[in-house]
Amino acid sequence: MITFLLRRTGLAVVILVIVAILLFLMMHMIPGDPTVVALGPRSTPEMREAFRQMMGLDRPFIEQLGLFLARLAHGDLGQDVWSRRPVLTMILEVLPYTATLALASFLWAVTLGVLLGCIAVVHHGKWGDWLIGLVSIAFVAVPSFVVALYSLLVFAVWLNWLPAIGAGEPGDLAAQLRSLILPSFAIGLGWVGYVSRLIRAAMIEAMGEDYVRTLRAYGVAERRITYRYALKQALLAVLPVIAIGFGGLLTGSVFAEIVFTRPGLGKMTYDAVMSRNFPVVMGTVLVTSGLYVACMIIADAVTAVLDPRVRSTL
Amino acid sequence: MATDVASIPAPPIAGEPGIPRRMALTFVEVVSHPLGAIGVLLVALIVLTALMAPVIVPYNPTAISVKERLADPSLTHLLGTDQLGRDLLSRVIVGTRTAMTVALTSLAVALAIALPLGMIAGYGPRWLDALFILLFDSISSLPMIMLGLAVVVLLGPGVSTVILVIVLYSVPSYARLVRTQTLSLKTRDFIKAEQAMNAGTMRILFRHVLPNVVGPLLILACLDISTVITLEAGLSFLGLGVKPQIPSWGNILSDGFSVIRNSPVPVIAGGVPLILATIGFTFFGEALRDALDPRLNPERKP
Repeated sequence: MITFLLRRTGLAVVILVIVAILLFLMMHMIPGDPTVVALGPRSTPEMREAFRQMMGLDRPFIEQLGLFLARLAHGDLGQDVWSRRPVLTMILEVLPYTATLALASFLWAVTLGVLLGCIAVVHHGKWGDWLIGLVSIAFVAVPSFVVALYSLLVFAVWLNWLPAIGAGEPGDLAAQLRSLILPSFAIGLGWVGYVSRLIRAAMIEAMGEDYVRTLRAYGVAERRITYRYALKQALLAVLPVIAIGFGGLLTGSVFAEIVFTRPGLGKMTYDAVMSRNFPVVMGTVLVTSGLYVACMIIADAVTAVLDPRVRSTL
Repeated sequence: MATDVASIPAPPIAGEPGIPRRMALTFVEVVSHPLGAIGVLLVALIVLTALMAPVIVPYNPTAISVKERLADPSLTHLLGTDQLGRDLLSRVIVGTRTAMTVALTSLAVALAIALPLGMIAGYGPRWLDALFILLFDSISSLPMIMLGLAVVVLLGPGVSTVILVIVLYSVPSYARLVRTQTLSLKTRDFIKAEQAMNAGTMRILFRHVLPNVVGPLLILACLDISTVITLEAGLSFLGLGVKPQIPSWGNILSDGFSVIRNSPVPVIAGGVPLILATIGFTFFGEALRDALDPRLNPERKP
């Protein structure tokens, strides 16, 4: 078990190093002065000089790359080119906002998705199942930023029920929760469809297993079989997939944060792109890939704990 | 009482249906499913609009008319106008063409890159395979929209940047599919027979592996169209995709978002076609996959 996790973690570190190298190469592959490429034509000569020193751009290429990776290994993601603040500090400041948003979307979406999946299974083959299937695919297909825009239009502009901007004042829990509703709705909607389809498929598979046939033969009530046995097996099967998806939710927040002007990782990356603040963009991309890979390891670990068979195959 | 083998009538060999007939059969199967029928209708509507765009636009989509700013829908402007007085219906129609052009171009480029890469990974030496897989895994672990933002900050916004982002995002998953298919084909008898007859690697790859790989790959690409359309619209919405003067659904949404408190019309006009397109292509892709190759359904276990 431990060797399995170590191997997965080792692979994850290798992947992150490659991602870092790719980002570094991207900056160098583009023709022209890398400082101008990274900081834009409006940057001042002082800014470019600072960036050149920070990245060690006047040294040989391999040394630059080594320097860059060594700094990353120490947790130094560089500095904001405008404010000169360490990028890592800036990310840690906004991460709680994005994490809260992702968690809220995750919780309501998985709850509703599991519920819809169960209803579909109970009505398997009837129109209720068909309707839930149709709605689920539609939820998956609709772009989350359009959902964000339309929910903003309906609930904030027309009905004026919920705030359109911000994350609520610190300390004011009610306001914070109220401003969480619309963004988490927008991000979670696609997940409702995704989870309900996964649960439905996993439960239908579980219902076909031998032990369910035995339970039926013993006269166990169908409700009890559905919710006590099939749902349990389906949840265990779906859990790792959902854990990987949580990493995706963290970045899915980009659009919701921009539409609702919420502080967070996505908003910060977007602002950095608009002001050509390359170190910040690089830092957030690395951190989000790191979180994503971490979620993948957790998913693997969960699978390995639940199903000892995979430990040898992965 | 041994039966004379020769007297048993041979089972009739079913004639392999020709390609046009098979396509017609697939089409019937797709449409017979309600999901597929809705999908085909929406896809047909979108594709026709995109093809006919220059003929059916009522106005020049970029003509500015300050007097008619943010006009409500009326008989002269069926969907109203935006904050510069540009006719929204015309912008939506030309936006359909932009969306389809970007989606199809980038998917074609991605397929053209992924096919050889995947075949080399599957058929070539093992170390090369391992290297490719590691590279694909690394790119896949970059969140798509973050990858897009990183590319945009370096290359600047524009159609070619959007296409590059989509290609970067889709090549790993396509190449992986090609690789898996190639690996399983490699052990099949007809390939072994070719190898035994000393056929060149190129001949085996292009004459025998390629035709067997293309089908599943096209289904995957079809399922991907709505993601690709969403990505283009999303980047354009952020002001990082198609240039603002070119009509695209994302740009209409972006303009509409800035005036959402004055008029809801632009946001609705830009979002509805996008929703119809993503739903249409997803329904169509799902129905096509179920008709052609249900094994590709990730919800089914092998």
